Amino acid sequence: MEKPVERTYEIMEVCLLAGKIMLQSGGETYRVEDTMMRIAAAFGIERTHSYVTPTGIIFSAEGTEPTKTKLIRISERSTDLKKVSMVNSISRRITSGDVTLEEAMEYLQEIDSLDVTFPFRVQVAAASLASGCFMIMFEGGWNDFIPAMISGGMGYLSFVYFHRFIPIKFFSEFLASFVIGLFSFLFVKMGVGQQLDKIIIGSVMTLVPGLLLTNAIRDLMAGHLVSGLSKGAEAFLTAFAIGAGIAVVLSFL
Amino acid sequence: MAVLAQALTSFLATGAFGILFNVPKETLVKCGLIGTGGWLIYYLLEDYSNNAILATLAATVFIAVLSQQLAKFYKTPVIIFSVAGIIPLVPGGLAYDAMRNFVENDYNSAIALAAKVLMLAGSIAFGLVFSEVINQIIRKINHNKVRI
Repeated sequence: MEKPVERTYEIMEVCLLAGKIMLQSGGETYRVEDTMMRIAAAFGIERTHSYVTPTGIIFSAEGTEPTKTKLIRISERSTDLKKVSMVNSISRRITSGDVTLEEAMEYLQEIDSLDVTFPFRVQVAAASLASGCFMIMFEGGWNDFIPAMISGGMGYLSFVYFHRFIPIKFFSEFLASFVIGLFSFLFVKMGVGQQLDKIIIGSVMTLVPGLLLTNAIRDLMAGHLVSGLSKGAEAFLTAFAIGAGIAVVLSFL
Repeated sequence: MAVLAQALTSFLATGAFGILFNVPKETLVKCGLIGTGGWLIYYLLEDYSNNAILATLAATVFIAVLSQQLAKFYKTPVIIFSVAGIIPLVPGGLAYDAMRNFVENDYNSAIALAAKVLMLAGSIAFGLVFSEVINQIIRKINHNKVRI
């Protein structure tokens, strides 16, 4: 009777690790629940319950023995869609039956420790390119392209650095948008940029909580009211922090 | 010419956002193309009808339905395709205007702009709901075909 009990715990470990990676990397709540249930079912636990919120996962497995429940806490969240798709493909392979439990655990631990993000320089370059392009999309002039690129890139750079320094997301967003406002203001004052509004809007777009917003709506639609509302609250706070940072600069005008 | 510039910049901007969200490298171009399609629908419709809410709704439905189908085809999560495309539709410019008016103590125009931001965000939400419905209908039709 000893063996099946241990096995259930191992299966739960795999499910929870998969769920944790997905949730930390910005996966939707319903996808996390679905993935955990599918993995458990593929390993033979038919009746499982999961309760996923952005800050933690409760997972319990029913069987012939008393129900086992585990809870893990999620404290750090970021956006890393590659990891979501990697875990997704692992879970597909588990459900089709060509990965054993031990192999699955190994793969997932590897994904968890892996750093698959683009190099930091590329990210900053992408942020500045996006800022410049958004400025054009919001009907700015081409002569503001370079100023928008620089202030957007500086904003993103300072967001990442401030976040490493002070791990409070809202504060680093506030400081980053303050930097953006300051740079744009300086560019306009020096005569390099023309339209202050357009430069600021374009540069700020890299900080806008678009992923959170769409995930919040998707969660609410799927009936995950608690996670939907809490993600919405996070998005609102982010938007508020960005607005406040810009407002500080604007009030000095 | 203006449309061409919009297409090019929206492609670059959505692709760059794909890098920031760290989507797999091979999907970056697809993300960019989805973003371009969505943004062109928004841009042309807004130009034609002068109704940003309708344009946002149409663009969101386009992006969400297309990403759902692509996700099924490539067997990857939907979110990879849809999220970068939605970003340009987020009413960042209007939100900025609203806030600027708040700071300048012009509360009347600020409230009006904020209401418009809320309507646009709501229309993105509704676009996502619509696309979910459309996808379920597509799924049901395909399902019935197989059964027959």
